[in-house]
Parts: sequence; C-alpha cells; structure tokens
Amino acid sequence: MSGKTFVEKALARAAGVSEASAGDILDVRPDMIFSHDNSAAIRRIFEKIGAKNMARPDRIAITLDHAVPAPTTQHAQNHAEIREWIKQQSIQHFFEVGRGICHQVISEEALILPGEVILGADSHSTHFGWLGAFGAGVGRTEMAALWATGELWLRVPEAMRVTLTGRLQPGVTAKDISLRILGDRGVEGGLYRSVEFAGDTLSTLSLDERPVLPNVMAEFGAKNAYMPPDEVVFNYLEARRTRDYTPLYPDPDAHYEVEYALDVSQLEPQIALPHQPDNVVRLSDAIGEPVQQAFIGTCTNGRLEDLQAAADVLRGHQVACRLVVIPASSQVLLEAARSGIIETLLMAGATIATPGCGPCMGNHMGIPAPNEATISSANRNFKGRMGTPEAPVYLASPYVVAASAICGVIADPREFLS
Amino acid sequence: MSIHRCWVYGDNVNTDVIFPGKYTYTLKTPEEIAAHALEDLDTTFAANVRHGDVIVAGQNWGCGSSREQGVTAPKYAGVDIIIAASFSRIYFRNCINQGVLPIVCPNLNTLVQTGDTIEIDITNGQIHAAGQTFTFPRLSPSVQAILDAGGLVPMLQRRFAGEN
Repeated sequence: MSGKTFVEKALARAAGVSEASAGDILDVRPDMIFSHDNSAAIRRIFEKIGAKNMARPDRIAITLDHAVPAPTTQHAQNHAEIREWIKQQSIQHFFEVGRGICHQVISEEALILPGEVILGADSHSTHFGWLGAFGAGVGRTEMAALWATGELWLRVPEAMRVTLTGRLQPGVTAKDISLRILGDRGVEGGLYRSVEFAGDTLSTLSLDERPVLPNVMAEFGAKNAYMPPDEVVFNYLEARRTRDYTPLYPDPDAHYEVEYALDVSQLEPQIALPHQPDNVVRLSDAIGEPVQQAFIGTCTNGRLEDLQAAADVLRGHQVACRLVVIPASSQVLLEAARSGIIETLLMAGATIATPGCGPCMGNHMGIPAPNEATISSANRNFKGRMGTPEAPVYLASPYVVAASAICGVIADPREFLS
Repeated sequence: MSIHRCWVYGDNVNTDVIFPGKYTYTLKTPEEIAAHALEDLDTTFAANVRHGDVIVAGQNWGCGSSREQGVTAPKYAGVDIIIAASFSRIYFRNCINQGVLPIVCPNLNTLVQTGDTIEIDITNGQIHAAGQTFTFPRLSPSVQAILDAGGLVPMLQRRFAGEN
C-alpha cells in the first residue's frame, strides 16, 4: 500500500478521520472560511436557508476588495449591506476597503496555517498552498451553507506532482514558471487534481514569489495546490499567528496520478497571449506587439517584490503608455512608500491606486477601451475579462509589464536590468 | 425520457464569457441575470433560448471564476441540464447546488450541432443523439440527494426548519 499525498492527509485531518484516499467523500470542517464583496449575496442565501446564527463566527473572514473604493452607488450599497451584517453577526475578521486583496490579507494576518484547510468564495483560493495549507474555492451557496453549518462535503482528489529543479535566471520569476506549466499542459492540465509542488527550486523562491505558483494553478483546473512549507514560511508566520499548527508533508511513496517536471534554470520569460492563460509563448516571440495599458497588481503579482521589480526596470525611464500599479494590500503599499518604490514608480509616470483587485475582472480603475491592448501581471485574460470583449489582455511577470510600459510595445525587461 | 434542443459549444469555455465579471455585484434579479447569459460567448443565446433547452459542451466547461451566475444565468434562461465532456470543479458543484443536472459525456459536442434535438433518459443514465446511445455515470448518493432536493438551499431549508 502506497503512502499518502498531502491532500489525503489534510482532508482526513479536517474531517476528523484517521485516513482518507483519493475518491473518498468526506464531511470537512475547515479551519477558516472567507468571502469578499460577494458577502451580501451570501447573506441573502444564508437568510433564505433559515439559519439564525453562524456556526463558527470566529473562523470567518470577510474582505472588501473586488470593487474598492465603491465605484458606483450599487457597489456602495453592496458594501453597506456587508458592514451591517458584520455588526449583526459579530464577525471578528473583517477587513475594510483599502486593506487589500483577500488572499494577501489572510496570509499577512496568518488566519490560515500549514496543514490547515481553508475554503473561500473565490476561485483563487488555491493560493494558500504557498503556506502548505489546503485551499479551494466554492460558490456563494456553499459559502452560505458553511456559515450555517461549519462544514462541507469534499471529494478527496487524485494528485499531480510538479517537480521544479534548478535556479531561475535574473529577470525570470515564478510567474514565468506558472505560465510555462499552463502552456505545456493546458488550462485543463490539472483539472480536479491536487497539484503538489516538489523539487529544489522551491526553497530558492522568495516569500513574495511563492504564492504565484498555487495562485495560478486555479487556471490549471486544480482543486488545490501545495508547496511544502519550510523555515522561511515558519519564520513569516511566527510573529503573526494566534494558534499552533502541525505542517503536513506527502509521504515519499505517495501515489501521484500524473507527474510533470521542469528544469527552470534555462527558462526564458513567458507571456500568455489573448484570450486564454494557456496560450503561452516565449516572450521573445511576442516582442514588439503594441500595448496601450500596463497593469501591475492582483493576488498573483501585487506584492512588495513585484513592485520592486517594476521599480528596478522603470528607474530613470518614462512610460510610453498608461501604467496602473495597485498594491495587493495596505501593508505592501506602506512598505513600498517607505522604501522609495512608490516614488520611483511615480517619477516614471505610473499611477497608483487603492489596494484591491482593481481592473482585473473589469470592475473599475483601468478598464481598457475596445481595441486597446493591456499587458497585465494578473492570472486571467479571458475574452471580456477586463470589461469589453474587444480588448485583448496579455499576461506576464511584473518585470515584463514594466518593460512593456516603457516601450509601449511588449518588451524584454532584461535590457533594463543591470 | 425527455426531448431537448441543444446549444453546442467547444472546450475550456470560461465563466467570464458565460457571465461577465463586471455584472457580478450589480445584477441581482433572475430576469436581469438571464438576459446576460453567455453574453461574450454567443450573442444569440439569451434572446433565443427556450425552457428545456440544454447546453452541450466540450472539456472543462465553466473554468475560471467561481461566480455562481455562471450556472444561474443559463438556469434562469431555462436550462436545467448541462452536458459536457468534463466540468470545471467549482462549476460542477455550483450546478448541483442550484439543482441543475451536470452530465459528463465525452465527444457529444462534436456529434451534434446547435438546434439539433436529443433524448435524455435520466432514470437509465442514457442519451440518444446522432443515431447513437451514450451512457453517463451516476452521481454519488450524497450528491444526488442535494440534486433531488432541488439544490443546496432547499435541502438546508428542510434541515433548519426541523431544528427551529
């Protein structure tokens, strides 16, 4: 009998059973659940269900991030309904407009820890694999059910192992790795699987870079993603956490249905062309394509190191197209302001907006006109994603986005890095 | 056995084209949501779909955002059954929770065209289409129970009505 994958161990633990195997259906009690601007809609479903109180109000986080500050009266009304609900239900972990994007804020607040299970009403909940946690997205109705009952059925998925070896070249990042994986295996390549990362590359990735891999695995169809937590993660959590935890690691003889391996040492910068995140080519094959807007931010690439990367490229240059920079959280913005990164970005002609999701899904703060191309550090470029189906979106690392902003066409950042 | 008219689509259709993200916090009524169903995928769908029509798609139908309107938009427009070669996992769960039957049937979308009619025999897990019979797998009993209740909300309404 083979050993257990991470996901088999994590879901067994959260279901309170001694062991589980792929294919089992378990009633899982997550350690944390969260939602965002969709919480007003979830509240309406919760009330329809007929439940009176939340099962575990201390284990619920709500972040206003998807359209902040409110761009319209309707959005403001939506936020107002959520604030009223927060007071009524005594929800402790509430994060106001400007605090940041749910995945980033929950990480900074250490509301989820290695070995734990978190379910979010957001598809990029795979993000929390960077902490060695099980994170998966659910719909609004399931979040209302979780508020009411504190548990949800989950099928234990089969697993895929992604082994990364070697060290990245300067100017090449975890974003390029994730795009290469999508390009090689397609947006259905990880469908319904637990994507579990391994290999010596992982420990060479910085704190800010790590979340990129599990975050983008949402575009791979993954149920969840996992990175083995190490001292870097433990140190990050130490001053922030409020409870103890036990990290989980897959057994050496665990069964992986699919294996994928990538030597990243010779990897070049990558770019996803419109209109699908797996429409990936080497950056060198897209050089010179005109862009009218560049966007750096989102849960994928809006952390301090991403803004630093942009500043490293932009220092001493001026942008040739609009550059919108949106830090992933107030903490990122504060550190970027203190360290001079914001000044460098402003001097180069960037505009800085309130921490949140920004224009990523077409709500506000950088919606392109029809036939205007955007190069973005986000994770999705589906047709119409940024507001209109006539506006093509390219996906790349913050380095590539910044270099393209200088040139007004897709450009190689390595020419600007000395 | 029931007869259904098909709307046929390809692989990897994402929820941004099924229900654009810019509407997610502003459109609330079933009529408003239905009017934008499949807006950036097929501009003829919302105006012409009829109650009882089914969607027949390729692999990874409903990938991308977790937004539930990806299911409720076609549902409010009249679609109670969605057939696909495979579903994105959140979309599959959203179907069950909304009382929409997701049927996994590889290749059907390559054999029928929009406007064709097919026969679905839910009791025996069969589809008759293009002169062939396809069998589809049953849901696990606990998942089927949610669908039989009409979705997750009606199921939980019963549970909480019993407690109060």
